[in-house]
Amino acid sequence: MSPYEAVIGLEIHAELKTRSKMFCACDASFGGEPNSRTCPVCLGLPGVLPVLNRRAVELATRLALALHCEIAPYSIFHRKNYFYPDMPKNFQISQYDLPLGVGGYLDLELDGEGFRVGITRVHLEEDTGKTVHVSESGRIHASEYSLEDFNRAGVPLLEIVTEPDIRTPGQARAFMQELKSIMEHLEVSDCRMEEGSLRCDANVSLRPVGSTQLGVKTEVKNMNSFRALQRALAYEIERQEGVLESGGEVSQETRHWDADANVTTPLRSKEYAYDYRYFPEPDLVPLELDRAFVASVEAALPELPAQRRRRLRELYGLPAHDAVVLTSSKAMGDFYEAAVAAGADPKAVSNWMMGELSAYLNARGVEIGEVPVSPSQLAGMIRLVERGTISGKIAKSVFEEMLRSGRDAEDIVAERGLTQISDEGELEAMVEKVVEENPAVVEDFRKGKEKAVSFLVGQVMRKSGGRANPQVVNELLMRRLRGED
Amino acid sequence: MDELYALKAWKLRELLERREVSAVEVLESVLGRVARVEGEVRSYITLTEEEARSAAVSADAARAKGEEAGAAAGIPMAVKDVLCTRGVRTTCGSRMLEDYVPVYDATVVQRLRLQGLTMVGKANMDEFAMGSSTENSAFFPTRNPWDLGKVPGGSSGGSAAAVAAGEAVWALGSDTGGSIRQPASFCGLVGLKPTYGLVSRYGLVAFASSLDQVGPITRDVRDCATLLSLLAGHDPLDSTSLPGEAPDYLSALEGGVRGLRVGVPRELMQEGLTPGVREAVEGSLRLLEELGAEVSEASLPNLDYALSAYYILAPAEASSNLARFDGVRYGLRVEGAEDMLEMYGRTRACGFGAEVKRRIMLGTYALSAGYYEAYYGQAQKVRTLIVADFEKAFSRFDVLVSPTSPTPAFGLGEKVEDPLSMYLSDVCTIPVNLAGIPAISVPCGLEGGLPVGLQIMGRVLEEAVLLRTARALEEALDFRASPDPVRGEGK
Repeated sequence: MSPYEAVIGLEIHAELKTRSKMFCACDASFGGEPNSRTCPVCLGLPGVLPVLNRRAVELATRLALALHCEIAPYSIFHRKNYFYPDMPKNFQISQYDLPLGVGGYLDLELDGEGFRVGITRVHLEEDTGKTVHVSESGRIHASEYSLEDFNRAGVPLLEIVTEPDIRTPGQARAFMQELKSIMEHLEVSDCRMEEGSLRCDANVSLRPVGSTQLGVKTEVKNMNSFRALQRALAYEIERQEGVLESGGEVSQETRHWDADANVTTPLRSKEYAYDYRYFPEPDLVPLELDRAFVASVEAALPELPAQRRRRLRELYGLPAHDAVVLTSSKAMGDFYEAAVAAGADPKAVSNWMMGELSAYLNARGVEIGEVPVSPSQLAGMIRLVERGTISGKIAKSVFEEMLRSGRDAEDIVAERGLTQISDEGELEAMVEKVVEENPAVVEDFRKGKEKAVSFLVGQVMRKSGGRANPQVVNELLMRRLRGED
Repeated sequence: MDELYALKAWKLRELLERREVSAVEVLESVLGRVARVEGEVRSYITLTEEEARSAAVSADAARAKGEEAGAAAGIPMAVKDVLCTRGVRTTCGSRMLEDYVPVYDATVVQRLRLQGLTMVGKANMDEFAMGSSTENSAFFPTRNPWDLGKVPGGSSGGSAAAVAAGEAVWALGSDTGGSIRQPASFCGLVGLKPTYGLVSRYGLVAFASSLDQVGPITRDVRDCATLLSLLAGHDPLDSTSLPGEAPDYLSALEGGVRGLRVGVPRELMQEGLTPGVREAVEGSLRLLEELGAEVSEASLPNLDYALSAYYILAPAEASSNLARFDGVRYGLRVEGAEDMLEMYGRTRACGFGAEVKRRIMLGTYALSAGYYEAYYGQAQKVRTLIVADFEKAFSRFDVLVSPTSPTPAFGLGEKVEDPLSMYLSDVCTIPVNLAGIPAISVPCGLEGGLPVGLQIMGRVLEEAVLLRTARALEEALDFRASPDPVRGEGK
């Protein structure tokens, strides 16, 4: 057991799902030809002024409420000043000392243990453009020149800062997963980490177990997946422990997670030692949210993952673990409920999704939305099993084929002749043959070795190409073997 | 009759409406004047004769068909080169934007286009509107048409000089600390800084966002009211733009000043005033009393700190506003740098002039960690106190009156080496921007043959009161805004 306890706080950025950008009417969606989704405002041309996107405020309020934050009746925007070519104005409009939401929390569970993570603040800011360094390595050093794409510049961002309440990499991951699921359920963000619409940095420090003082922290950046987050934090905790154990001191710095090398490396101090010279943005008026607005956003809040978990457990009698997996994303929950609505047994749907379907998602590294099988197709397959049309074993191979081709289970079963054989006449012939071919086993049975019958059932199943109804075969075999007594 | 170029806009409009003259004739008169005096006055950075000619032709065509041609149609205008004009280069008087051509029109320009804008050119100015003499233009100084050895004021010096010299009939300026009123005063013209938020700032290249306003520079109060009516009104592209449409200022012009309570802030009549300025202002006050106004002294004690607060706040905002000029996307880029930081440094070192650099450094310093509270924070507090001082004063007075500038136009080169004395030129105008209230400068006399301006300050959105007061004075004074070079045809 380590003598140290990790103290972790997260800083998350999520792109808001608005149609237009934060301060202009440009298309805010991901992609597009470089610089095709720009205008004088988001290019920071001389003379332009920002106008705040009402929808962005609404979405930010929605998330802040879901995280139990207090909504500030009066908040303002600041300018964060620093030079970087992906920032058209060389300042970013952001919230600073008067953010939109403060003082929230999120209750979570990991391995049956509950924990609470405090939410320090939720605020609005604008995203920057994207720099592409043109060189062999794609990195800035030794690059010949750099190109700027401002399509992302001005897309509204939410920043969520947590209290340092997280103690393990697993908790950090659980928090991020739940936060992502919440944002999906609220429809405030697409939360695509690989597209950068959800990003996360972490502050990590260690302290002796039992201490209430905070140790020196490092900030870890560039964690582009849940897996990266967990591994980077595990590495950083181990690294700091090593430093402390050898009598050294952790130095306060920003570190970059290198997913290929599995290490964090310090950034040169030059790259982050900015004085941002924050001051109130004079081109915007204060954001004053009246109670009626906040109340209307609150009243319109959709069901959140925690509520959905409770409902799934109560309505379908699902175990807690199933409910957690099935609400790990909104799409997962929607898939589940659609399959159940299509008439399949709730527990069977859960089993298939937790088993074969999850295995497929993990193996391919895809999201449920990219699966070629629809919820009603899964329900159709489960109904075939329930009706006895196919066996559970056959069902697995049918489902594999469905995942490959996206075809209906009925079609695959019909085409391949996979229907279960329950007809006694047809099966009796096979039973007879197996009995004849295995006199020694039959002898064993007769001597009282009851278990020998399962071998014979297996032989019949093999002969039928897996299609025989095992229960019927079992009955026939017992009758045949006992009948001879 | 005077030459067409010397007439007021309202007079020209009457002639145009009655079709006694054509817009093309008016324009050619102005362009002829430009050809004769521009070499000495140097009001314009860019001339747009062809654009103006086609606007004049359209105005004539519309009027010939009996259509409404628009209030700006056929009235030659100078537009300060800090306002974006689509397809016409907009330099802000800076090397940084020497070849910069905007892709969009400022809202005020757009509004005027709908009224038949006939733009003669883009007027010279102090670089990025930072200065009080137009000597900070990166290209050349503009001279005062009343005395070619004097400055026209600034930063809208090109706009004011063009109107005074007959190179335009009216003009647009911008005012962050006096940049409309002070040049209007130096050139014997009427200039108005509107209530903050009355006129859209969209397309006005920002100097200090919380202080900037666009406004008219004209030959009389009536033209000022007309032009203000064309500029004012809500703009959805400017979040600080006030709601609602602007009233018709022209209709509220007459009515006099009987019963008007006039306050004279003691703090703006202190040392530094030249005798002629003091005399002209006091004469105006006596005249106002004769016209039925009640004049008494006022005190706004925090005005003593206005200049100091302004020279923290305006540079702080400027340091951020001007950060975008970095050589990456548009404007000047100095090639040959080893890396990005060096490119930024070289471009900005070469693209900005001394005064702009001075203010960027001042502002950057004032916002820096550890200094923010002592400078920016403190200056904001002073600003709040100044707002309160004005509110208190306006509970007793309808308008406040002061000189526009403590002196008449000073000599070219006289103050360039001494920024502080240059800054003092705006000591009376700066408090108005800090408070966000409107103020007008109206000619009130001469000192040594140079015009003196009277500043009238009013409550928020009470431009109509300012215009009415200024109109009464103008009528009583019968001031003739005709500088010698106009009569002498540029010698």
